[in-house]
Amino acid sequence: MQLTVNGSPTPLADGATVADLVAERGGGHDRVAVALNGDVVPRSSWPATRLSPGDTVEVLAPTAGG
Amino acid sequence: MTTSELAPALGQQEAADPFSIGGETFSSRLLLGTGGVPSLEVLERAVRASGTQLVTVALRRVEASSSASMLEVLDRCGVRLLPNTAGCRTAREAVLTARLAREAFGTSWVKLEVIGDEHTLLPDAVELLDAAEQLVADGFTVLPYTTDDPVLGRRLADAGCAAVMPLGSPIGSGLGIRNPHNIALLREAVSVPVVLDAGIGTASDAALAMELGCDAVLLASAVTRARDPERMALAMRSAVEGGRLALRAGRIPRRVHAQASTPMLGLPDL
Repeated sequence: MQLTVNGSPTPLADGATVADLVAERGGGHDRVAVALNGDVVPRSSWPATRLSPGDTVEVLAPTAGG
Repeated sequence: MTTSELAPALGQQEAADPFSIGGETFSSRLLLGTGGVPSLEVLERAVRASGTQLVTVALRRVEASSSASMLEVLDRCGVRLLPNTAGCRTAREAVLTARLAREAFGTSWVKLEVIGDEHTLLPDAVELLDAAEQLVADGFTVLPYTTDDPVLGRRLADAGCAAVMPLGSPIGSGLGIRNPHNIALLREAVSVPVVLDAGIGTASDAALAMELGCDAVLLASAVTRARDPERMALAMRSAVEGGRLALRAGRIPRRVHAQASTPMLGLPDL
């Protein structure tokens, strides 16, 4: 299936969950936050939250900032 | 009592001058931003030299974010994290970013930024107040980056914000405090802590903020982009402490003409 992850078209296996996506795209960060179609997905819900074709996902991590 | 007995007693007394935000007490009145820091080593040196206990951080797409070790450095320094909503332009974006930051950093504290103009990065007052109300209702400890407008400051405090953080001048400009009168008025207008945020260029700006009655100073670029960030962090620490002491000591009134400090009585007729 085709999703938009961090602004880029991204193919993902059917039935993939948010946890699967973070494992693939999390970059080793242990403090990642995920927004799915404009809503926060709490970490505890990642394994049970299945992604759907056309979903828009933001995978965010800490960085320096004022 | 001799002078030698008095001096250390006063020094010890002045060293304990804490302030509180959202029920948390801090002995350092300097908040440090991490934006613009050239390396993690410099970050650690600057944080330690500053004596800060509260440090701002941000969230970005994972591929653009800095290495995970930044948080290890900050953990090692024992500072509390204050996530920001930098880059948000609407209340909706800022509220979502704050909720994401709560997930990522495990804190419900947020430096709320809602920017209304890309060139000046000035706050959007309408969106800011809207976002502040939503986040307070959601249980956040909200520290809004705002203009130096005392009326808006009061509205933010009335909305339940834990502090009000007016700019001295635009973010990263180093122009100092352009309207000291407004900062003093804002200090009078609210009972929550006032943190001078943005525009600090050098140590005298930070000292002025404290002399105007601000409870603390938040700065980033002035330290992280200085030629020697560690030394500037130490300068800011001294300036904040000096300005605070001067406020508490009570400055002399300004006069148009001179007032001799040496008595005229007993002046010899030469």
